[in-house]
Amino acid sequence: MATMTSSETGKAEGGRAKGFRLSPVLISYLQAAPLTLILGGFLLIPILMTGIVSFWDYDFAQMYPDFVTFNYTETLGSWVTWKTYLNTLKFAFLVWAVTLFIGFWVAYFLAFHIRTTAMQMVLFLVCTVPFLTSNIIRMISWIPVLGRNGLVNSALTNAGIVSEPVEWLLYSDFAVVLAMVHLYTLFMVTPIFNTLMRIDKTLVEAARDAGASGWQVLTNVIIPLAKPGMAIGTIFVVTLVMADFSTVQVMSGGQSASVALMMKNQMSLLQYPAAAANAVVLLVLVLLMVAGILRIVDIRKEL
Amino acid sequence: MSKAAQIDIASVSKIYGTTTAVHAISLKIPAGTYCCLLGPSGCGKTSTLRMIAGHESISSGDIRLGNAVVTDLPPARRGTAMMFQSYALFPHLDLVDNVAFSLKMKGVSKDERHAKALDMLKLMQLEAYATRRPAQLSGGQQQRVALARALITDPEALLLDEPLSALDPFLKIRMRAELKKLQTSLGITFVHVTHSQEEAMALADLIVVMNDGRIEQAAHPRMVFERPATAFVARFMGDHNVISGRVIESSENMLKLSVPAGGEFLATNTGAAGLTDSADIAVRTDRVRIGEPSEKGLGFTGSVTNVEYRGSSVKLSVNGAGVEDFTAILSDTAFFANRVKVGEAIPLCWNREDVVVLGRLKH
Repeated sequence: MATMTSSETGKAEGGRAKGFRLSPVLISYLQAAPLTLILGGFLLIPILMTGIVSFWDYDFAQMYPDFVTFNYTETLGSWVTWKTYLNTLKFAFLVWAVTLFIGFWVAYFLAFHIRTTAMQMVLFLVCTVPFLTSNIIRMISWIPVLGRNGLVNSALTNAGIVSEPVEWLLYSDFAVVLAMVHLYTLFMVTPIFNTLMRIDKTLVEAARDAGASGWQVLTNVIIPLAKPGMAIGTIFVVTLVMADFSTVQVMSGGQSASVALMMKNQMSLLQYPAAAANAVVLLVLVLLMVAGILRIVDIRKEL
Repeated sequence: MSKAAQIDIASVSKIYGTTTAVHAISLKIPAGTYCCLLGPSGCGKTSTLRMIAGHESISSGDIRLGNAVVTDLPPARRGTAMMFQSYALFPHLDLVDNVAFSLKMKGVSKDERHAKALDMLKLMQLEAYATRRPAQLSGGQQQRVALARALITDPEALLLDEPLSALDPFLKIRMRAELKKLQTSLGITFVHVTHSQEEAMALADLIVVMNDGRIEQAAHPRMVFERPATAFVARFMGDHNVISGRVIESSENMLKLSVPAGGEFLATNTGAAGLTDSADIAVRTDRVRIGEPSEKGLGFTGSVTNVEYRGSSVKLSVNGAGVEDFTAILSDTAFFANRVKVGEAIPLCWNREDVVVLGRLKH
C-alpha cells in the first residue's frame, strides 16, 4: 500500500515537474504562520517582556537589566497593594453579581418570551446600540446624570424627596459599579442568550408535564442548563473589571483605586519594573480565577 | 397496577390564527385501549395528542378523562403523562434524577424518590446505567428512560408522540413489541401518534385515521384494513386500488360505476355514506388474479407497465380501462406458472366480495 502511494505521488509530481511546487511540510508551516506571528508578536512576546522587566532594577529615570526580586517583595509586602487588590475584587464581585442578575433576565426574556426570531434579533441589536459610542463617552455621560446638580439630584430635590442633593451618586464606589454594570452587562447577556437559545423547548414542556411550576422549571431546568453561558459571561466580566482603570478613575473621581490604576500610576512615575511585577501578579490572579470558574462549570459544549 | 381511564373527546377544535388544525373531532377511547392516531404530517394528530396532554389549549369543545373534565387543567393534574418525540430527557441530570424528576417537583424526599426511580429503572432493565447521563445512552435506552420517567407518575393514560420515529428500523420493531407488552401488563390507556400504518396495525386496538384535521375512520385495525371507510383511508393504509367513477346503476345490493373513457365496474352496495352521483370503490391488491372475470365489471384488460419481484410475491402495475397504475400482487408461484412481460396485455379479475364501496366525509 505504502509503496503504491509513493509511486503514485512520484508519478503525479513527475507530471507537474515543470511547475514550481512547495513541499507539503512547508505549506503547512506557511498556513500556520499568520496566526503564530500575531499571537507571538502581540501576546507571547509582550507577556515574556513584562515577565523579564519585572525582575529589572530601576531609578527615577532609567531601567537597568538585572535580576532582582524586590519589585515583587515591595509589591506584595505593601498593605496598599493588598487594599487595592481587595478593592478591585470587591468591584469585580459586585459588578459580576449585578451583571449576572440583569444579564440572565434580559437573555431569558429574549430567548423565552419573544416568539419570533426576527424580533429576537432586532431586540438583541438594540442591546448593542450603546456600543456604537466609545467606552469613555458612555462613562462620561453618567456625570450630568449623577452629578450634584445632575438629573437625578434635581429630580429628587424638586420632588421634595430629599432636602439637599445626594452626595454618593457620583465620585463614589456606587458610581464606579453603576458605570461598569452599564459597560459590561452585554458581555453577560450574549453568552447566556446563546445557551438559552440552544435549550430544547420540549424540555420545558417535559418539566411542566412532570408537574413543575414556573419557578421549578427555572431552577431545575433552565438555570442548570444556562450555567456554561453564565460561566463564559463571568469570565468576560471578571477579566474586564480586574483590568479596568479608566472607569475607576473617572467615576470615583480619584477616590477609589484598582490594580490597573495602580499600575498606570507607577508607569507615569516611570517605575516600569514595579508595574510589570504588579501586572504579573494580576495576571496570575486572573488566570487562577478563570481556572476556578472552569473547574466549576464545564463550558466545552459551548465552544 | 394502575387504573386506566377512558378518554372522551367531544367536538374538539384547534385553531391557530386563521388556520384550523383540528375540525371539531369527536372520539371515545375506551379505558385500557392501545389507540393509534394515524395520518400524514400536518393532519392534526399531534395537535390532538397535545390537547389531550394539556400542552396545547383547546379552542372549542371538551376533553374528559375518566369522569373528570380536563379541558382547562394543567398537564400534571390531568392524570396523563406524555412521552416526547425527541424524548426530552434532561441532559444535565443522570438517569435516576431524570426518572425521579416529577417526584422531586412534588417534594418527595430524596431517598424515597431515588428508591422509586431505581425500581422503575429496574423495570426497564436500566439499573446498570443509573448514574449515567442521557447523552451516554443509545436511542433505545433513551426511549426506555423516557418511558420510565412518564410512568413514574402512575398515569391513567400514556401519550406517546411518534415514539419510534428516531430509532433505526430493527430497533423500531423491537421497541414496538416492548411497548405493546408494557401496555398489556400495565393495562392503562395508550395514545400513540404515528405516520406509519405498519406501526399502527401492529400495535393498536383502535386506529384513528386522520386527514386534514378530521377523523376519516376510527375502528379496529382489521376493520380499517378490510373495510376502509373512505378513499383516503384505503390509499393511506395501502394494499388497495381505489377506482373513482360515475354511478350509472344503483340498486338495493348492487352498484355500477363507469370510469371516464374506460370500463364499468361492479360492487355490492353497502349503503356507504355521502354518495351522490359519483363514488369510489377499493379493490384489495392481493386479491387480484390474472384471468377472465366471472362477471362483467369484476375485472378489466390492461397493459403491464411494470413488474417488481418481491420474493414471496410479485407486484404488477397495469394501465387500462381508464384506470392508471392498478396494482396486482401475485404470489410468486402464480406469477412464475404463467409469466407476463412489460407491455403485454392481460386480463385481470377479482371476486365481488373483495370490492369495498368507499364513503365520503361530509365537510
